[in-house]
Amino acid sequence: MSDSSVTAGGAVADAHHEHPPYQRHHFESVDQQFDATNFAMWLFLLTEIMFFGGLFTAYLIMRNWYYPAFVEASHQLNIGWGTANTGVLIVSSFTMAMGVWSAEMRKKGLLILFLSLTFILGLAFLGIKSIEYSEKWEKHHVPGLNWSDASFLNPASDPEVHKLYPQDKPLAPDMASKTEMYFFLYFAMTGMHALHMIIGISILGFMLVRARAGAYTTGHVTYVENFGLYWHFVDIVWIFLFPLLYLISRY
Amino acid sequence: MSAATIINLPDQSTARIPKMNFLTKENGLLSWLLTGDHKRIATLYLISITFFFFIGGALAGLIRLELLTPQTDLMAADTYNKVFTMHGVIMVFFFLVPSVPATIGNFLIPMMVGARDLALPKVNLLSWYLYVIAGCMAIYTMAAGGVDTGWTFTTPLSTHYLNTHVISTGLAIFVAGFSSIFTGLNFIVTIHKMRCPGMTWFRLPLFVWSNYAASILMVLGTPVLAITLVLVVLERSLHIGVFDPAYGGDPILFQHLFWFYSHPAVYIMILPGMGVISEVVSTFSRKRVFGYTAVAFSSVAIAVFGFFVWAHHMFIMGISNYAALVFSLLTMLVAVPSAIKIFNWAFTLYKGSITFETPMLYAFGFMGLFTIGGMTGVFLGATGTDIHLTETYFIVAHFHFVMVGGMLMAFLSGIHFWWPKWTGRMYPEKISQLAAIVTFIGFNFTFFPQFILGTLGMPRRYAAYPPEFQALNVFSTAGATILGVGYLLPILYLTWSLKYGEIAGNNPWQATGLEWQTQSPPLTENFPVIPIMDHEAYDYDWLEKQEQKEVASVG
Repeated sequence: MSDSSVTAGGAVADAHHEHPPYQRHHFESVDQQFDATNFAMWLFLLTEIMFFGGLFTAYLIMRNWYYPAFVEASHQLNIGWGTANTGVLIVSSFTMAMGVWSAEMRKKGLLILFLSLTFILGLAFLGIKSIEYSEKWEKHHVPGLNWSDASFLNPASDPEVHKLYPQDKPLAPDMASKTEMYFFLYFAMTGMHALHMIIGISILGFMLVRARAGAYTTGHVTYVENFGLYWHFVDIVWIFLFPLLYLISRY
Repeated sequence: MSAATIINLPDQSTARIPKMNFLTKENGLLSWLLTGDHKRIATLYLISITFFFFIGGALAGLIRLELLTPQTDLMAADTYNKVFTMHGVIMVFFFLVPSVPATIGNFLIPMMVGARDLALPKVNLLSWYLYVIAGCMAIYTMAAGGVDTGWTFTTPLSTHYLNTHVISTGLAIFVAGFSSIFTGLNFIVTIHKMRCPGMTWFRLPLFVWSNYAASILMVLGTPVLAITLVLVVLERSLHIGVFDPAYGGDPILFQHLFWFYSHPAVYIMILPGMGVISEVVSTFSRKRVFGYTAVAFSSVAIAVFGFFVWAHHMFIMGISNYAALVFSLLTMLVAVPSAIKIFNWAFTLYKGSITFETPMLYAFGFMGLFTIGGMTGVFLGATGTDIHLTETYFIVAHFHFVMVGGMLMAFLSGIHFWWPKWTGRMYPEKISQLAAIVTFIGFNFTFFPQFILGTLGMPRRYAAYPPEFQALNVFSTAGATILGVGYLLPILYLTWSLKYGEIAGNNPWQATGLEWQTQSPPLTENFPVIPIMDHEAYDYDWLEKQEQKEVASVG
C-alpha cells in the first residue's frame, strides 16, 4: 500500500471498494450483481410466459370451437420441416449450454466455437421457417394479405396434401373460412417466436464480438448465462408450438 | 390550523443545501438524459407524468363543460367520445399507473432498502424512454384526430366499426406497458437482492411492501394486455382475427384478456398509494403502524386476489351465472384486505400524537374517500345491484373515488411528504394545507352527485342527457372547477419553493425511514456508507436515542 491510498480517507475507500472492472458501482459484491441480474432474467422470462400465454389461450379456445378446420389447416404444414426445426433448436440449446460451460471454465476458443454454432443453428432455424412461410404465400394461405380457402373447400384441388391425407373431407364453407383463423394464429405465434429468435441471434452476434475480445472468459459469466436462459426459453416456446400447430391430428 | 407540529427545521440563518447532492453532481442536459441515477430518473418521470396529468385534466374539464347542459352544444357527440377516451387513456396509462411507483417509488425504494441504486439502472432509464416514446405516440394520436373506443378498446367496436386511430393508440399503450413491466421488474429484483445488512423482510417500510405487491401485478398482468393489444392491431389491419364475431372470433375472449390485466391494473394504481398512506399516518401520529405484518400481507393478498376477480367487469356481457356467482364472491373477498388496511390505519391513529401537516391532511382525504370508493365497489361486485348500476354514472363515481380520491390524494400526500427530501426545501405549509382542503371539497362536489345520478339511471359515455339530471350535473361541473384550482395550487407553490422554500435539513418530519437518515437532497450514491439496519421499522424510540447520541457526541 502506498501512502496516497492511506490518506484517501475512510469514506471514499468505503464507497469504492477494490473490485473487478465488470462490477457495477451500485452493487456491493460480484455475487450480488450475479444474483440480481440472474433473478431479473428469470422474472423477465416470467413476463414472456404471460405474453405468450395470451396467444396460447386464444389458440386453445379457437381450436376447441373450430376443431375440423384446425385439423385440416394443420395438414398444410410440413411436419418434416417442423421436426427438422425442432431438432435444430434442441441442438442449439445444447451448444448454448456448452457455451455457458466454456465461459465458466474460461476456455475462450471453445466459447467462440459454441457461440458460433448456436448462431449458425439459429440462422438455420430462421432459414427453414422462411421456406415454410414462402410455401404458405405460394398456396395463398397468408390470412388478410394473400388468402384463399380453396384447399379446404375442395381438398382434391391440392394434390400434394391430398395424397398425404386422403381421409380429409371437403369442409362446409363456414367451417372452411375458419382455417383462416388457424393461419392467423399460426403466423401470430410462430411470428412472435421468430421475432424472439431474431432478437436472440442479434444479441449472439454482439456476444461473439465481445467474446473474441475476451470479455466473458475472465470470470464474468453473468451475461452469457443470462442470455443462455433466454435462448432456452425461446426453444421451450417452440417445443410447445410444434405439437400444438403441426401435430393436431397425430397425438 | 393546529398549533402542534412535528416539523423540526435547522436554523435558517446558518443552514445550507449540501453542495454535493444528486441534483448538482453533474450538469447539462446529457447528464440527465443519460443518467443511471434512480433519483434523477424519478425526477424525469415526475416532470413527464405532471405534463400528462394536466393534458388529461384539461380533457376532463372539457367533459364537465359539455355536461353542464343537457344538449350537445360545446362539441359534437363524436368529439365528446374522443375527449373522454383520451382522458381515460392518458389518465390510466400515462398518469395513474406510473404515478407513485415510477416517481416516488423510483426515488425511494433503493433508499428505503438501503441500496445505492435500483438493481438495473439502465433498464430503469430505458423504462423512462419507453414511457416518453409511448407518450409521443399518444400525443400524435390526439393531434391526428383522436380515438373514440373508450379506454377499454371494446371489440368489435375497436376492430371493425370505427375509423379513428385505434392502431397508434394501441401501440402507444403496448410501449407504455413495457415501461411499466421494466419498472416492476426492477423493483422486485431490488427488493429481493439489494437490501442492506439487517434489513429483513419484516423491517421493510410498508411503502416497499405495497410497491412490491404492485410490481408483481405489473410483471404478471401487463404482458397479457400487451399481447391482447397486438392481436387487436393485427385484427384491425389484416381484417382477420380472434375477437370479431364476423370472422368467427369471440369478443368475450377480448374482455377476458383485457380485464385480466386491467382489473389488476387498478391495484397497480392504488397499492403504491396505500404504501404512501402507511408512511404518512405513522409519521404524523408518532406510532408504529398498527398490525405491521397484517398490513404488509394485506398488500400481497390484494395482489393475489386481484388476479381472480376480473370477470366482475363482465357481469352483463353474457358470462355464465355460475361464473358470475364465483367472481362476485371473489370480488367481495378483495374488500377484506382493503378493510384490514383502513382499520389498521385507524388503530395507528388511536392514541397517537396526531399533527395535521399537509401530507396528513391528504392522507385523511384518502382514507375517507377510498373507504367510500371501496364500499361502493362492493355494491358493484354484487351481481344484482351491478346489473342496475353498471354503465351508469355510479361506476364513474366509484372509480373516481378510488382513483382520484384515493390514488391522487395519496400521490399528493407523498409528493408533499418527500418534497423536502427530494429538493432539500420545504413547501409553504399554510397554502398547501389550503390546497389539500380545497381539493377535498372540490372532489366531493364533483363526484358525489354522480353517485346519485347513477342511481337515478343516468348512463355514462353520452354527451347529452335528459334535462331532469341537469341540477346534479351543474353541481358536478362546479365542483370540478374547485378541484382544478386545488390541483393548480401545488404546481405553483411547489415550483416557488424550489428557490424560496425553507431549508429542510435531513429529517424535517423526524421520521424513521432510512431515507430520512441521509442528507437532503441525497448524494448520488444515497449513503456515504451502506447503512446497517439494527432496529424495527417505525421505531420512534430508536430515533430519539439516535438524536440523543448525536447531541452527546457533538456536545
